[in-house]
Amino acid sequence: MTTSLERPPSPPLAARAIAIPREPRWIGILGAVGAIAFVGAQALGVLTSPPDRDMGDLQKIMYVHVPAAWNAFIAFFIVACASIKVLLTNDERADLLAAAAAEVGAVLTALTLILGSIWGRPTWGVWWTWDARLTSTAVLLVIFVGYLTLREFAEEPERRMRWSAAVGVIGALNVPIVYMSVRWWRTLHQVQSSPATVDPHYVIGLRANAIAFLLLLVFFIGRRYHLSRVEVAIAAAAEGRALYDGEGESYADA
Amino acid sequence: MSGRFAFPIGDELRRTRAVAWKDISAERRSKTNFNAVVFLASLMLVMFGFALGPDAEALRSAAAGVLWLTILFSGVLAFNRSYQLELEGDSLETLLLYPGDRWPILLGKLAANLAFVLMVEVIVVPMAAVLYNVAIWHVLPPLLAVLALGTIGFVTLGTFYAAMASRVRAREVLLPLLLFPMLVPLLVASVGATTALLAGNAMGDAGSWIRVLVVFDAIFFVASMLAFEYVIEV
Repeated sequence: MTTSLERPPSPPLAARAIAIPREPRWIGILGAVGAIAFVGAQALGVLTSPPDRDMGDLQKIMYVHVPAAWNAFIAFFIVACASIKVLLTNDERADLLAAAAAEVGAVLTALTLILGSIWGRPTWGVWWTWDARLTSTAVLLVIFVGYLTLREFAEEPERRMRWSAAVGVIGALNVPIVYMSVRWWRTLHQVQSSPATVDPHYVIGLRANAIAFLLLLVFFIGRRYHLSRVEVAIAAAAEGRALYDGEGESYADA
Repeated sequence: MSGRFAFPIGDELRRTRAVAWKDISAERRSKTNFNAVVFLASLMLVMFGFALGPDAEALRSAAAGVLWLTILFSGVLAFNRSYQLELEGDSLETLLLYPGDRWPILLGKLAANLAFVLMVEVIVVPMAAVLYNVAIWHVLPPLLAVLALGTIGFVTLGTFYAAMASRVRAREVLLPLLLFPMLVPLLVASVGATTALLAGNAMGDAGSWIRVLVVFDAIFFVASMLAFEYVIEV
């Protein structure tokens, strides 16, 4: 709504366009490769594996459930490392990385729990059981949902960065304690599936899916991280615009 | 940052005592918070009784869990309050301006909150014993140790998280949301030890759970002390 009556913009400030960080090309490529790998690995898993002796085709859930659980742990490991880096160096980009990894990790953990529940209903006869691994995974999820909620509520960037880093480190510290204490409390879960414990027929599908999930994990974290940087750039530009308008007022008054 | 645990720490301990005494005096003179929390805790014991009773055996077997949940849900109301007074008076900055490390501030507030929650327990525990018909006299010394250890861990993390939660909009929601997931091991161990003690501790289970509590308290005491200066300064 510019009219000729308005003051002319002073060139150096008006020329300050929003410098949006460009997403590195490898992230998009990784996403495409990850999506293809995911479809391929699922097909491979389903085609190469015979029905399980006890579970039948229900076993196919393993190809999503187990890689999701592994990659959720990788994501939370990234949160812990990035949070330590924030505390030591006050690095804003480590903070954005931790937040991106926490979001992706929370989604994967929820996926793990939901799929486990769908698998548990026909196998164990219940949707939920108070077993050690289930319960500690659920606690892990709520710890990191708390982390994300804190980020939502802490409005100042400096605060959000330092607070969530402290909460991330202390939350990660609690994960083994939760696991051990709940395990002493009660245990029912079967030994977890890994290439060492499953029948050789299932190994290749499991490995392929783990790799596909890892590619997608890196893609999602990379893209979320990039989006956060864009958000930061836009917020900085808006701040600059506000300052410029403020200067304009005094210019007009004079 | 000045996060050194240097010896001699006489100055730090004096400052800890000053912060603790300030918080305790403020609460002792008004008593508003204490009275409300004790009343809420008593109310919860009665309400749990209505929810689980009237079968005396069911009540007795649930007593340990009900007692600990009552302590956690009522005690959590104390922690935000311990920063609230300073935030309202704009005196947190003044407190931070004093030279020296930050951890004595946390330790002082922790001590004041510990005194607060233990005082609540002095009233709530005998009340639970009466309402749920459990005998506590014959196991009193180990039961007091379990209560002390469980409360120390609870208050440590509660005071630490309240340093953040008390300074945002939704503080009443955020604190339990951050705190309770962290307290799962503490709840499991405290209830496990208390149940074992009330049942006569025939299997010696209480000892293992007490060890879990000691480890939990030690880890999070050190972690909170180290992390506090990062969260209080911003």
